[in-house]
Amino acid sequence: MRTPARRLRRRLALTAAVSSAAFVSIPAAVASAGIIAPESGGGTPNAEGIRSLYLLIGILAVIVFVGVCGLLIHTLVKYRASKGGVPSQVHGNNRLEVSWTVGAALILVLISVVTFVKLGQIYEPPNSDASALPLTSKLTPAADGRQKLPPNGRVYQIDVNGLQYVWRYTYPDGDTNNLNNVFSYEEMVVPTGATVALRIFAQDVQHSWWIPQLGGKFDAVPGYANYTWFKISEPGVYRGQCAELCGRNHANMVAQVRALPPAKFQAWYDRQKAAIRNADEQAAKARNAAIKATAGP
Amino acid sequence: MTTAPTTAPVKTGPAPVPEIVAHNADPQPSGWLSWLTTTDHKRIGIMYMAAGWLFFIVGGVEALVIRLQLAQADSTLITPQTYNALFTMHGTTMVFLFLIPMIAGFANYLVPLMIGARDMAFPKLNALSFWLLVAGGVVFYGSLLYSPAECGWTCYAPLSETAYSPTNGVDAWIFLIHLTGISSFIGALNIFVTIANMRAPGMTWSRVPLFVWTMLTQSILLIIALPVIAGAVTMLLTDRQFGTHFFDPSNGGSSLLWQHLFWFFGHPEVYILVLPAFGIISEVLPVFSRKPIFGYRAIVAATLGIAVIGTLVWAHHMFTTPLPYALLVFFMLGTFLIAIPTGVKIFNWTFTLWRGSIEFTVPTLFSIGFLFTFLLGGITGIFLAVFPVDWQLHDTYFVVAHFHYTIVGGAVFGILAGLYYWFPKFSGRMLGERMGKWSFWTIMIGFWVTFLVQHSAGLSGMPRRVYEYADVGNLEIYNLISTIGSFILAVGILLTVINIVTSVRSGAKAGPDPWKGNTLEWFSTSPPPRNNFDTVPRVRSVEPMKDIRRQIERQDRRSEEAATPA
Repeated sequence: MRTPARRLRRRLALTAAVSSAAFVSIPAAVASAGIIAPESGGGTPNAEGIRSLYLLIGILAVIVFVGVCGLLIHTLVKYRASKGGVPSQVHGNNRLEVSWTVGAALILVLISVVTFVKLGQIYEPPNSDASALPLTSKLTPAADGRQKLPPNGRVYQIDVNGLQYVWRYTYPDGDTNNLNNVFSYEEMVVPTGATVALRIFAQDVQHSWWIPQLGGKFDAVPGYANYTWFKISEPGVYRGQCAELCGRNHANMVAQVRALPPAKFQAWYDRQKAAIRNADEQAAKARNAAIKATAGP
Repeated sequence: MTTAPTTAPVKTGPAPVPEIVAHNADPQPSGWLSWLTTTDHKRIGIMYMAAGWLFFIVGGVEALVIRLQLAQADSTLITPQTYNALFTMHGTTMVFLFLIPMIAGFANYLVPLMIGARDMAFPKLNALSFWLLVAGGVVFYGSLLYSPAECGWTCYAPLSETAYSPTNGVDAWIFLIHLTGISSFIGALNIFVTIANMRAPGMTWSRVPLFVWTMLTQSILLIIALPVIAGAVTMLLTDRQFGTHFFDPSNGGSSLLWQHLFWFFGHPEVYILVLPAFGIISEVLPVFSRKPIFGYRAIVAATLGIAVIGTLVWAHHMFTTPLPYALLVFFMLGTFLIAIPTGVKIFNWTFTLWRGSIEFTVPTLFSIGFLFTFLLGGITGIFLAVFPVDWQLHDTYFVVAHFHYTIVGGAVFGILAGLYYWFPKFSGRMLGERMGKWSFWTIMIGFWVTFLVQHSAGLSGMPRRVYEYADVGNLEIYNLISTIGSFILAVGILLTVINIVTSVRSGAKAGPDPWKGNTLEWFSTSPPPRNNFDTVPRVRSVEPMKDIRRQIERQDRRSEEAATPA
């Protein structure tokens, strides 16, 4: 019993070493194409954190998978029925069983530790860059503590509202009147370098906000606010779509985030604001004219 | 009980003939009527399995249409409405009308035989549970005549409320849950009582076959989980029909409440499906490696451990909803804990093979296929358990791949191993080995081709339940590979169906114990007579048939020695 067990242990160690070497040598190019790891690429720390956490767990997973498969294949080949083969009538081995139970627990402890180490990068937003800081405003943390704010408390906060089958975004304008805010559908425009905080709502059924390159998805649940954030460093367009079944056209409820440098973003914002003010004034004029026309002497 | 004298006193004259007087004895029904009215656990078991196969084929065809639609980007083969109805019916059918009845069929047929009982504890209740299941299937598929549900097998509110699902498809789905739920609930009570009270003399808890242990655990899980889903769908029904607004946030209800209630049932449901398959594997591997199971007590403990932890991890399906941080951490760590007993089982099975004398029969092959496939499903489960990683993977094709690896790789491969193993007992005839091996390899290759690539589709950003996708990245290639795989898989399943149909009539005669099994069902004839056993042997270990075979060998040797003169 002793010698085969030792031989087995050596063989296991060998398979583990070979498999981890094989994994590390897999070109990073393969990993970046979304074949074996989640997307990232906007330079936002949360997506990168998730991706590296995934890869760390992936290394452990490959070692375990290849190790167990190796052991299984070895067993199946070596102990296939043959003439004169005598099956050994053992009922168990307490020491062996306790050791693999402890082994499995240790792997999970390791994964937990790695997760909590990486969690800060994924969960806690950083401060905005100096270039985008003027765009941000200071928020007081919500009472339920679910919205995470950067150390200086300053974010650019956009409200995301999911409705069948489109996303609507409301941009902050510094006052309490939300009726004249800049808004857009489907495409969200954000400044690079700013920590963008999202408050996610739903108007009808549940939806889920997800731009793979900008980190995880967060459900838009009617009656609740959900929170996430990102901080993009690369200007560009990042695409995603609703990730929670919301009806027949769920597949067409797409979203994209266009990241612009702060100056360009400000220009876009001012254009939108002017257009809205203009539309408001036109409406007010038309309304006044209508009132005048129907007013009696 | 008094024991009869072994030798009757010798009397002269005609021996008294015992006379049985019966008044108004009903004639035994025969033909199809005997199946409709039967309370025999074996016949009910076979009807369960037949219904399971029927719905397996229906659900499989639905999956093939889904795969055809997704074979191309921007496909226009079917409408979004049809697509949503198809994946709702596929999921619901596979869980409630294929896996649950199939497992109930195995349990009905085998549990009494394996514990040396002559029937289930409540035979009439047993028949009632089967016919309730049929009613559930009829009500659900009846909605094809008007408008099937389109809310997925999870039917999240408020999408499933009347405002967003105005047709009665959701109501049909609710009645399916109720009818199959009551069916499973009384079935579980029946199994529990049978195992608790009707075991053969000498069958202490440490000698109960592992399949029976998993069925006992499964029945407890069903008894815990089913009332919760029954309550949830009742609330949804009153929301829809009487305006109670339990799940309607615009009138003070909570849509998250539905998710909590659904998954409080839905997660144990996963173990309800997969634990019996664990039991089957634990029966098959020792027989074909000609070794006792490695670590019987550890496997029983792991089964119970999985059941206990499995009821406490439901919100890992909800990591992307507005949950407080403490819950995210709690449900992540709880989910990690399940990996320990599951890992223990994988090692115990591997070491059951270790130093054995492995015969590669079809049941062995499916068990080995199970080990490899379920292993990967378990490992991808660890990724999903880590909540920040789940934020990326949740509700994508990665999850679709993960649960097919666990449910098909776990439950379905286990069921197929069990089918090839016990078919001789059910029918008296062997399933064709050659065809079985062809079927196994086709299923195995088809499965891996279909689902391995879906991990990548999910990682590239493809959500679940979309009827079309744009061809960004490699999405179209991934999906085409998956569709090709699904048809290979279908051919493999078809081979087993053909195997069953031909072997039932013309398979090789099995005899009572073709595999040299370990458990009591092999003590009876194949198929067993109406009440299973004339005498129930005393059980002295977890492998009573091995003991009996040894005893017979000893007796043969002794009689041979006695016959040869010294």
